[in-house]
Amino acid sequence: MASPSFIRNVILKALLLFLLVNLVFAALDPLPAIGRLSAYNHIFPGRVRLPYGDKPDQAYNLSLFNLPAMFASHELGAKPKTKDEFRLVLIGDSSVWGFLLKPNQTLSAYLNAAKLTAPDGRPVRVYNVGYPTMSLTKDLLMLDEAMHYQPDMVVWLVTLESFPYDKQLSSPILQHNPKPLQDLIRTYSLKLNPDDPALTKTTSWGKTILGERRALADILRLQLYGILWAATGIDQYYPETYEPPQKDLATDETFHGLKPPQLYESDLAFDVLKAGVQRMGAVPILIVNEPVYLSSGQNSNIRYNFFYPRWAYDQYRQLMTQASHANGWNYLDLWNIIPADEFTNSAIHLTPSGTETLADKVGEAISLIIENSGAVGNGSNNP
Amino acid sequence: MTLTHILVFCIITVLLIWIGRGRWRGWLLLVASVLAIYWLQPSTPIRNLDFWLPTASVGLVVLVWAATRPGETIVQRQDLITSGVMAGLILVIALTRYFDPLCCLTPTRPPALPLVIAALGGVTLVAIVTIRLSPKNLRLDALYIMMILAIFLVLKTPALAQATSGGLRTISGQVAGLATPLDLRWLGFSYLAFRLIHTLRDRVSGKLPGLSLMDFTTYAIFFPAVTAGPIDRVQRFSGDLQKMQAAIIPNNPSEKSTKNYQAILSPISLSWQDAYEGGQRILLGVFKKFVVADSLAIIALNGTNAAQTTSTGWMWVLVYAYSLRLYLDFSGYTDIAIGLGRLVGIRLPENFDNPYLKPNLTAFWNSWHITLAQWFRSYFFNPVTRSLRMNPRNFPLPAIIFVGQLSTMVLIGLWHGVTWNFAAWGLWQGIGLFIHNRWSEATRTRFSELDIHPGFKSAMTISGILLTFNYVTIGWVWFALPTLSSSWHVLLMLFGIR
Repeated sequence: MASPSFIRNVILKALLLFLLVNLVFAALDPLPAIGRLSAYNHIFPGRVRLPYGDKPDQAYNLSLFNLPAMFASHELGAKPKTKDEFRLVLIGDSSVWGFLLKPNQTLSAYLNAAKLTAPDGRPVRVYNVGYPTMSLTKDLLMLDEAMHYQPDMVVWLVTLESFPYDKQLSSPILQHNPKPLQDLIRTYSLKLNPDDPALTKTTSWGKTILGERRALADILRLQLYGILWAATGIDQYYPETYEPPQKDLATDETFHGLKPPQLYESDLAFDVLKAGVQRMGAVPILIVNEPVYLSSGQNSNIRYNFFYPRWAYDQYRQLMTQASHANGWNYLDLWNIIPADEFTNSAIHLTPSGTETLADKVGEAISLIIENSGAVGNGSNNP
Repeated sequence: MTLTHILVFCIITVLLIWIGRGRWRGWLLLVASVLAIYWLQPSTPIRNLDFWLPTASVGLVVLVWAATRPGETIVQRQDLITSGVMAGLILVIALTRYFDPLCCLTPTRPPALPLVIAALGGVTLVAIVTIRLSPKNLRLDALYIMMILAIFLVLKTPALAQATSGGLRTISGQVAGLATPLDLRWLGFSYLAFRLIHTLRDRVSGKLPGLSLMDFTTYAIFFPAVTAGPIDRVQRFSGDLQKMQAAIIPNNPSEKSTKNYQAILSPISLSWQDAYEGGQRILLGVFKKFVVADSLAIIALNGTNAAQTTSTGWMWVLVYAYSLRLYLDFSGYTDIAIGLGRLVGIRLPENFDNPYLKPNLTAFWNSWHITLAQWFRSYFFNPVTRSLRMNPRNFPLPAIIFVGQLSTMVLIGLWHGVTWNFAAWGLWQGIGLFIHNRWSEATRTRFSELDIHPGFKSAMTISGILLTFNYVTIGWVWFALPTLSSSWHVLLMLFGIR
């Protein structure tokens, strides 16, 4: 028979145990370690792109902020690199990730389908480490994490919208990973505030199980959605219709508060780009200025598209060319290679055939760099 | 029920025990139950329907009570007070429409007060007529059963539900073309219908005790069990209710002993065992429903992923996930209901007894949704098989069992919704039960000697559990999916045919 004292003792012990477990959890901060425990690549196949999505029940995918968990769910984490593999990693924004594209229609998928080989005969295996949101610092964070997987080469696709300083810390993935971000800022002396108010502050309470309940639930959900990913091969919600890129444009000539006529290198986060190249060390890198939608509608003499006034974009291209020459980067400017009707819902998102065209060009450049690895760093527009 | 609902109900039950004394405890339980059906009612796109549906539940309970009460007795003062209290509660809920800070217990703003008063007046009038007519043996019970079944049919038949929704939308000045079958979400109507039909049938067979309106209403809409059962029997429930109130007001004034009055006036001590076991059941239920079942829901078979899945192996995973999710979800809710009941001293019946560990389908159906199966056994299967057995044409026993089991299971299927898929699920279960019945009949003597061998017995039990679980799980494919073609697609894929 339960007596009042027995029930009281049960409640007190439960509370005490709960408190103790929470304190130990907060002290150990095991979330990164928990994130590495993944059923992906063991029970079900790794994802071909990083987890991202806001309609998990339809996309079988979700956005979370635990970098180790994200990479552990990726096919990149399947096994250590073997001698038989030339590992190539793609970094970039949603156009690299493959917004509105099926897993077999992304840039990495087309590059893999091209069956590129290294001079020593190793097949080039391309991994998609692109992640939506436009920020070079976000790309740097992904690159830093991807470097643990020993890539033989990195292709970094960039666009002007990733360069402004006000965009650098706007990505939620950065804001929720203040520690690795602050390490990067300090290591590479980036012109960013490591104590930026946009970065989440972790309190003692926030480190407990209760405080981290959302992060823990996300890790669990990521594992569960892995089953549906394996069962269906679907990792994105595809709306039946979407708005095409804006054709008729505003007369506004400003770009992130910058006004014509002059765009300076110091206006853009070239320090982050340089940090990325520095982080790569001896690993070859190809920087690609990704294709953008070129409008022919109203005010297209002022702006190329929704994102870019012509003056800013033209000068950005010049600055990129100068920087690549100065720093000896492999740089490929593909800004205008895709016709306007090959864009889907934004000025940077491509259709499958547009992506295939892009893959052809990037593939050629990759082959050249691999073959002429001694020529790395020639700084030309066409490697 | 959400976690917030459960937490509030836990607080209410504890307050009910601490504050409520004697008969007051019954009143508090009634008030809590009436308020709960308004609070739990999901919103509907039809204007004010989320107020009218719980009001209709209360109205229906009052009318059925009027039809089932002993015809020869006069209406007691307490029954009049109860109806007054319920009407008052409904008016207070309606009045919140005019007090923005208090609005609203219902998901949307209640209708205008004159409409509510008119509706209450209408119910009162019909109740008075029912009470007047009940001694005249006019088979009002049959009329009310027909009415309940008609409502049920409308709610569960997609085409009828859509047409009704269209009509209601027109009445409320909304666009009828936007009507969908999902518009008519009447909280707990199925369970209410089972309870009311049970009282109506037991009234005819003379098994229904005389019940006060308060006890009858509390039984019909007892808040822990209003959403997902179990379907208690009124005879058992009212016994617990009397014990909970710990005092039976004597009908005969000469029975008014000092002891009885002491019981009425003194606080009743909380049974710590009930509190402990009730709390444990609630925690278990919360874990089963909100941790395990809701996680499994992510990967459980549904209409969308059934069409997207590309391999046999993963299809089995989704189907098993659905099977486990369904059990844990439903039994989790039952645990919560039973636990909340225990906290106030009401011992609701068990609804599950490890059904997936049963060695045959008959045992499964004796342990899955037990109260529903018992209800159908009492009010459908037994009467049907009895009438077939007594039929002068002398039907063979297997035929009687076949018809009885098949029709019962198809009816249970249709209770979930009048669709081909639920009918197919019922057929699957009915055929399975019949096959098991014939198999056990045929093998009873043949295996009786081998049964002595413990190894054989264990092997048979384990094989039986696996076979039963898989048979039931495959059957859920009909249950989970909206169309026969999608179910057929999944079944073919499960066996590697597609």
